[in-house]
Amino acid sequence: MRMTGAEIIIKALRDQGVEIIFGYPGGAVLPIYDALFKQNDIRHILVRQEGGAVHAAEGYARSTGKVGCVLVTSGPGATNAVTGLTDALLDSIPIVCLTGQVPTHLIGNDAFQECDTTGITRPCTKHNWLVKTPDQLARVMHEAFHIAGSGRPGPVVIDIPKDVQLAEGDYVPPSMVEHPLYQPKTVGDEKAVQRAVELIADAERPLFYTGGGVINSGRRACETLQKLVKATGYPITSTLMGLGAYPSTDGQYLGMVGMHGSYESNLSMYNCDVMINIGARFDDRVTGKLSEFSPKSKKIHVDIDASSINKTVVVDVPIIGDAGTVLDQILKEWQAKGHRPDKEALSKWWSQINQWRARKSFSYKKSDKIIKPQYALERLRDLTRGHDTYFTTEVGQHQMWAAQFLELNEPHRWMTSGGLGTMGYGLPAAIGVQLAHPKSLVIDVAGEASILMNIQEMSTAVQHQLPVKVFIINNQWMGMVRQWQELIHGGRYSQSYTAALPDFVKLAEAFGGIGMRAETPAELDGVIKEMMKTDKPTIVDVCVDQKENCYPMIPGGRAHYEMILGDDQDISTATPDEGLVLV
Amino acid sequence: MNAPSPATQRHVFSVLVNDEPGVLARVIGLFSGRGYNIESLAVAIVDAERSLSRITVVSIGTPQILEQIEAQLNRIVPVRKVVDLTRQGATVEREMALVKVNGSGASRMEALKVAEAAHAKAKDASPEAFIFEITGTAGEIDNFINLMKPLGLIETVRSGVLGLARGNKTV
Repeated sequence: MRMTGAEIIIKALRDQGVEIIFGYPGGAVLPIYDALFKQNDIRHILVRQEGGAVHAAEGYARSTGKVGCVLVTSGPGATNAVTGLTDALLDSIPIVCLTGQVPTHLIGNDAFQECDTTGITRPCTKHNWLVKTPDQLARVMHEAFHIAGSGRPGPVVIDIPKDVQLAEGDYVPPSMVEHPLYQPKTVGDEKAVQRAVELIADAERPLFYTGGGVINSGRRACETLQKLVKATGYPITSTLMGLGAYPSTDGQYLGMVGMHGSYESNLSMYNCDVMINIGARFDDRVTGKLSEFSPKSKKIHVDIDASSINKTVVVDVPIIGDAGTVLDQILKEWQAKGHRPDKEALSKWWSQINQWRARKSFSYKKSDKIIKPQYALERLRDLTRGHDTYFTTEVGQHQMWAAQFLELNEPHRWMTSGGLGTMGYGLPAAIGVQLAHPKSLVIDVAGEASILMNIQEMSTAVQHQLPVKVFIINNQWMGMVRQWQELIHGGRYSQSYTAALPDFVKLAEAFGGIGMRAETPAELDGVIKEMMKTDKPTIVDVCVDQKENCYPMIPGGRAHYEMILGDDQDISTATPDEGLVLV
Repeated sequence: MNAPSPATQRHVFSVLVNDEPGVLARVIGLFSGRGYNIESLAVAIVDAERSLSRITVVSIGTPQILEQIEAQLNRIVPVRKVVDLTRQGATVEREMALVKVNGSGASRMEALKVAEAAHAKAKDASPEAFIFEITGTAGEIDNFINLMKPLGLIETVRSGVLGLARGNKTV
């Protein structure tokens, strides 16, 4: 079937089941926008900056499990997308990003709005293509969806010169495209599974440590995880990316692990004798000081990406495969062998964990005069309980408090920039989530600094009538920067105070949304309830205690047992000299 | 106390890739982006019909880094196969160099004698200079170049190391 390159693109998107594409037009993609104009199957969401388009597609992808789609123009359109692509790469989010390119005869001439898109995005995508003839286009489009969505998911870029969009070529449907080069292994090695199950059965101080891989694998993987954790009775902790794979209100859940994780999680990591890592990658935010990371444990590591194995932490039983498939294998083997946990050892381990738990490491000094940020998150948690709620976040202290205090009992309901730590992620991500779940309550837990990085997307939310809520924990500081300046730079607050903040209530109104403010604890509940009822994009400015820091915390270069807790007074000596260079 | 870092080793990797635009940049970018060492690099099409190129790359690292290099190379979509030749077993390693030596009189004669002993061939001879071609292990070429330095060596170009597993094993 002959059609233009632009028509091939639209047909391929439709055949891949794409319903929504996020983008911003420009000279080098006008033919594709013209083809979009002539059809009604695919809805285009016009953003206000291309970076917002990628984050919105990430929010869409993470809340649905589908591939997110982006369409941007050449040059600045592509370079603006780079942060979002890198974000999606580090958090393993499937994105197909189409970029326009100058016509093939101008490539390399420094033409208007030309940049070397495939060169620039090579290190921040799973794969990318420059398509030079329309006949290759359909094949590349289908391959792109296959690569973005399978194995360890990630972003891909297809760079399409304008003349290729206009010229005619042949279309091939997805069923006619094979992918001989990319066939990730999903089933775990049976012998390794058996060894793992033996280790799990013999454990005296076991710990499940799960990550985003379980969520990426899908809802069924999360269900199998829950069955396995229940069958064993073992404790479980999660990375920031894995929150929601296991219900956070369950008694076997210890809270998040890592730099701002719970005391009981981190001490369990340090003291366990068998660690069962499923779909997590021993990120530096989790391990702390590597040479003292969980020194007494045998480690099982399930990961679909072979390069995650032994990258930072050398493990005893690596299993390469899809988290859900391998969890099925483990559960089946556990049941087939009739394993029972060692009750005596386990009860000893739990009583130890409960002692750590009694330390209540997320506790803070309450106040009835000023809103403590933790209190704001607690009230948000309690008042949204039972509602169909999705949370996104920006990056910083508020993000860690959200991870500590919110209840996440299901997968796909927690969207946060974990690996790259991208300020400005939360609002566009919330827009993507709201589009996928129009009737749900979608809340971006934000900081007043982060939100300004992509505040222009308020205009997108208003245009597309998306009632996202931006819940700003406003302390007027780049709180995490300030916290580190107190920790390792003698409290010299270099550029971490934001003078001249806008009036967020008026700002919301100027965009055509609704603005609200809470200044005292007494006002807070009323404002949250009001926010939950609005049918327009809403910004809530929660004026919180400016001095509060985020605890517990493992300072850079310290081990899990060296956590600083909220009631420790002097934090200025907590970081060892070798920790100063760490980020 | 930091644990002492394990000793580094030199390994030869063979990487079979689809001959397509950008594939070499992907491989090289991986090394520079992740801070791995490239000691030597050689690349050419080896099977035009199947559009297959073969990259031989020599790197130095700890065993953990070398394992990572192999795993990371395997993540590149157009990479069809990666083999750590050194880990796999005995290999034949060869490199070629062209060496230009300028001189006259005794040193010119001496250069010819050294070349003969090293089985290097004179590929160009002019009244002022020779170009010698030498093939051997990287170490043999280093030796030859060192010997030629006092005899008027003015320019060197090396192909990078090529390697194959000994016996009937293939990549």
